Order: sequence, then C-alpha cells, then structure tokens
Amino acid sequence: MRAYKVLESCKRDSTDLCEYMIRREIRVSGVSRERIIERFEKMLDTMEAAAKHALDAPLKSVSGITGGDAYRYNEYIKSRGSLMGDIPAAAIAYALSGAETNASMGRIVACPTAGSCGIVPAAILATARARNLPRETVIRALIVSGLVGLIIADNACLVGAEGGCQAECGSAAAMAAAAVCYMLGGDNDACFHAGAIAIKNVLGLVCDPVGGLVEIPCIKRNAGGVVNALTSADLALAGVKSYIPFDEVVDAMKSVGDALPAKLKETALGGLADTASGRELKNMVFGQD
Amino acid sequence: MSDYSLFDIVGPVMIGPSSSHTAGAARLGKTAARLVDGDIVEVKMILHGSFAATHKGHGTDKALLAGLMGLSPDDEGIKSAFEIAKKRGLQYSFTCEDSGRHHPNTVKFIIKTSPGETHEITGSSTGGGRIIISTVDGLELNFTGERNMLVTRHKDTPGVISHITALLYEYRVNIGNMNVSRNRDDGIAGMYMETDNQLDTELIEKIRQVPGVLEARQLTALYDGGGV
Repeated sequence: MRAYKVLESCKRDSTDLCEYMIRREIRVSGVSRERIIERFEKMLDTMEAAAKHALDAPLKSVSGITGGDAYRYNEYIKSRGSLMGDIPAAAIAYALSGAETNASMGRIVACPTAGSCGIVPAAILATARARNLPRETVIRALIVSGLVGLIIADNACLVGAEGGCQAECGSAAAMAAAAVCYMLGGDNDACFHAGAIAIKNVLGLVCDPVGGLVEIPCIKRNAGGVVNALTSADLALAGVKSYIPFDEVVDAMKSVGDALPAKLKETALGGLADTASGRELKNMVFGQD
Repeated sequence: MSDYSLFDIVGPVMIGPSSSHTAGAARLGKTAARLVDGDIVEVKMILHGSFAATHKGHGTDKALLAGLMGLSPDDEGIKSAFEIAKKRGLQYSFTCEDSGRHHPNTVKFIIKTSPGETHEITGSSTGGGRIIISTVDGLELNFTGERNMLVTRHKDTPGVISHITALLYEYRVNIGNMNVSRNRDDGIAGMYMETDNQLDTELIEKIRQVPGVLEARQLTALYDGGGV
C-alpha cells in the first residue's frame, strides 16, 4: 500500500482516510464494520486507562530501574504549569503514563509496538479533551493512525530490531500526527504531510535500550515522540507541506534503517546501552557479566 | 496488496512490556497447555536465545507460566503468575540454555500432567505477539494458534486417516496444514491438522467413533490476527 494510491482512491470515491481504511479492512479481513468499531472501542478503553494509570501515584517498572516520572511531571504541570500549552503538557503526561504502564507489566495496546504504545493515545486523547471532540472522532482518528502505520509496515517496518527507533517511536509519531491532523479537520493530503514531517524529524533515530529493556530511553522517547507528533500536525494544519512526499520519506526510513549497524537495532550493544551508566544499570538488573 | 490487517498495527491489547517477550510468551504458554490432556502438575521451561538473556526484565518467565495456567496475554494476573502457581500447587522451574539452533525467542516446555504423562513442546515468539509451535513430543509442526486444529491419537494402521478426512469432506471442512507422526514401539500415531473452519461437536463425535481412533479433540483458534 502506498499513500499516493490511497489519496487517489479517496479522491475518486470522494471519501476520507478513515472510511477508506474501514472499507479496506472489511474487504481484507471479512469482518463487519460493527465488529471493527467494537474492537476499537475496547482498545480505546485500554488506551485511556493506561494514559492515566501512572499519573496519580509513582509507578515503578518491573526491573525497578525506572518509574515515577509520569507522576512527577503531572504534579509539576498541576502546581507550576508547563512551559508548553495545555495540549502538549497533557500529551506528555499521558505518553509517560502509557509507557510506564507498559514497563510495569500493566495492560496497554501495542500501537504500533509496546515500546511506543504511549504516543498515539496521548496525542489523540489530549487533543480530544482540550477541543471537546466526541468519542466517535477519536475512534476514527485511531483508524487513520492505523492506516499510516500499515503503509509504513508495508514499505519499511515498525520494529526497532529491524529499523531502529525511527521505525518504532518515529512511526508512532507519524501515526499520531496524521490522526491529530484528521481530528482537527485537516484534509487527506495534510494528514500525510503531518506523517511525513514527523518521520523526517527523527529519521535515523537508533534503538539502543539499556539492558535490552523497554525503559531507557524508550519511556522518555514516548514523551518526545508525542511532542514531535503535535508539532508535525500543527505545521500540516497551518498548510505547511513536506517537500519530500510521505512515500519517499518512508523509503528513506527503510534505507536508513537497513544502513544502521546491528548494534544500534535493539541488541543493546551500542548507543546509550553501551555507556558506563547504561552498563551499570544493566548490571543492577541482571547481575555482573 | 498488503497482507496486514488494521489490527496488526493497532493492537493487540496486552500486558507489557514487550509484544515478543511478554505477549508472545503468554500465548506460547497458553497454547502449550491446550496441547496437553489433563491437569498440569509440573513444568520445566528451558529458555533459548533472547528469552534466556532478558527474560527477567521482560517478565517472560511470568508470562510463560501465566499462559500455562490459562491466562491470556491481556490478563493483569500475569504479573502475579508466581503467586498464582504457588497457590495452585504447580511446580515450575526455568533454565537457560543456548543451543543456537533455534529462533532467538524460543522455549521448550517439559510438562508433567496428573495422569502421569510427560510432554515436550517447543515454540517460538516470532514478533508482534505472534507464535509458532515447532515440536510436540518429537513431532515437527508449524502451528500458530491462529486457526482451528484437530488433534488425534490413533492406532497406526492403514485407513484411519482416510476415514477421518472423508468425514471432514462430508462436513465440507477444508484442511490447511497436516502433520502425522508415530511411535513404533506402542503402535500409536498422532495427527495435528489445521482446518479453515470450526468443527461442530457432531463431527468430532463421529471422528471419535472411527475404528482405531483413541482420542480426538479440537483446539479452537486462540486469537484472530492482531488483536487478542
């Protein structure tokens, strides 16, 4: 699947990205429209719970090395106010909460992966809350995020072990950017410009988890990822276009991912994992090598 | 044309932190438990590759055990798997071994059941929560849990399988994948057959009546692609 073909098809049928994706899913999976929406309702419930799960009390990860930052940040925005506006501040809190819930063995929705699960829910939930958007719009935006992720999966990949973090948190940010753009009335083209900008901002980002755990730097990259998504959506809504079209950006992500050495693709042998502090933290969890 | 479903991208609902090391592990445990008859009283889990290296930090051990006790990948009880096993009196152990022959995320279950039987099941987590069961009691398989499966034990004599497949044809059940093995010492054969549609109870009962069939049961699809 390619974005330009999706856009052509939507133009021909005078339809939007969400409707395109629902029709395609009915055709491919043979499931009914009602069943698709029902499954998304259930996933949205889980996303909302995870986005708030770590806000009211510090939540530790299973390994014990991280946790409590969602609570810390949420207390800070409540007491002193964020440097940023309401939407990005809430989105950062939600993204940290989702990622910490994941690291604590809580229930989450992989979107597109478990390690990047905080980004898409945080972006759409923070936007929907601030702009009073109905739940139906949130579900439609989630489906658009799935369409963007599917195009990336088809032409590059969505996992750190194959493409680096650009393929996980980068893809999640692209999915979130398109979803937010869609929610706020951006047209089909604008949604893909938003997605393209989000990937471009983190092209080449490596996957270098300390000790191989989905914690350092993954949790904070969920916070960074959601701000990237909101920035990209904001630009696209303003009419800013990506000079490089979405499909070509995805191709670039693929070739950059292929060029990354194995030690920067989830093997925990390079980058932050291979720093003095990174090795020390790893030894705290797994014992000395 | 893409093979992906929307639910491969958004989903599954799962317990963190890793779709391959946690959700896939729970699914492996759950599938292994469904493949054996009777209550599980003891299980040894031998971890390979990345499962061996990082199981502690990813909760792979808890997820495997929870799955064996019937918990799904989205069950919050996974976190308390060790306590639940203790309460149920289920004996378990983990050892790490790296043969290098397997997929990186692989586990071998050695399961003892209350009838006193021992079963060996090997499977791998292949990414995104998906799994493959590669051996059951020495028989090589390629079973994902995404389709229905018919499992039989029958006398290793001519005609039993053709009798079963004739019944499947009668009920218009299409076979996707089929493995047969036998133990020459006791003259018993085992068959694992993936089917496109679910078998109704009447058909399963007829298969049980086939001369030579000792046991026949159906494992319904564990999940529908993507979401749990």
